[in-house]
Amino acid sequence: MFLSAQRPALIKDAYIYRPDTLMLDLEDAVAENQKDAARFSLYHALKTVDYRGCERMVRINALDTEHWREDIRASVAGGADAIRIPKCESAGDVLTVVSALEAAEAEFGRGIGGTLIACALESPKGILNAYEICVACPGRMIGVAISGGDYRSAMQTSYVPGGIEMLGGRAHMIIAARAAGVQCFDTVFTDLEDMEGFRAEVIQNRQMGFDGKSIISPKQIAVVHEIFTPGEREIRRAEKIVRAVREQAARGVGVFTVDGKMIDIAFVPGAERVIALAKASGVYKGDL
Amino acid sequence: MNILKPAMAGTLESSDAQITVEPAEGGVELHISSSVLSQYGRQIRAVVLDTLARLGVEGAFVTVVDKGALDCTLRARVECAVFRACGVEADYPWGGAIRP
Repeated sequence: MFLSAQRPALIKDAYIYRPDTLMLDLEDAVAENQKDAARFSLYHALKTVDYRGCERMVRINALDTEHWREDIRASVAGGADAIRIPKCESAGDVLTVVSALEAAEAEFGRGIGGTLIACALESPKGILNAYEICVACPGRMIGVAISGGDYRSAMQTSYVPGGIEMLGGRAHMIIAARAAGVQCFDTVFTDLEDMEGFRAEVIQNRQMGFDGKSIISPKQIAVVHEIFTPGEREIRRAEKIVRAVREQAARGVGVFTVDGKMIDIAFVPGAERVIALAKASGVYKGDL
Repeated sequence: MNILKPAMAGTLESSDAQITVEPAEGGVELHISSSVLSQYGRQIRAVVLDTLARLGVEGAFVTVVDKGALDCTLRARVECAVFRACGVEADYPWGGAIRP
């Protein structure tokens, strides 16, 4: 959930809404002449507010501004869990930030490598270079997110219900993320009154293979959690597959049916992922 | 740190505080306005003065318009106003003079 780091009313107790990640924004949500103020606000919030397990990520300013280096110093000194690089277009961008992170981690006594990275892909070039970005810094890279506003503008299009204008960018980024073994997140949905449209987009996000979604309001949290959390039926099926493959393998059988559908070992990673996600979401009650 | 020019930080939004710092000689003069002055005025004063002391500010005229800010917000706004008043725009002493 994105929040302006410049607004104390938003950042002082955002944990009560229980988002998975708080995106403390120093970039677009902060006016140009308030970048310094936002940094002070961010630093003190990171050092004093107990965010009750919410991941604390900071969106720094873009690398073509004069702000990003000090953003990183304040974020690392404050103890941020991760940095989000906006407008990321190349592995070089990632490595530039890594270098600054290492310097800040050394300066402020944090372990080298302790600050993770996520990259926002907001342009055609960023999307095309998604794979090299995803693999640029193993060990720090959480994943990538597509930013719809700037991407649509660069693609000379605009929002279309159903997402046809984002299809190419989303698909390319997801493929790159999966090939690289990192996570991928979809863009924000800005019409806070259109909850039906939001729900449809989140369902599509899950079907396409995204790991999650960026949001801008607490009212969007429940929908994302509901759609991305495995349901009871999905969990039971996953358990059946995992148990059946193990039992059948012991008998020397590689392909068989479960509930009338063909199953072989290729289905196991997906089933195990469902169970792992159910456990992480706190809804798993089985014994696998 | 020497206050070179007037500067302000913060807003009048709920949970925030607007801090104005101006050059002055002969110590720190502090004026606070807050809807909870009777309950928290002493705490607000202590936090602002402590922050100024950490920054080494010995002469300043400081105005605080408090809108229910937490201590961390007060410190952030005071620090920002002071650094602006001193003309500092980079290499802030995070974890040193700037600390919770």
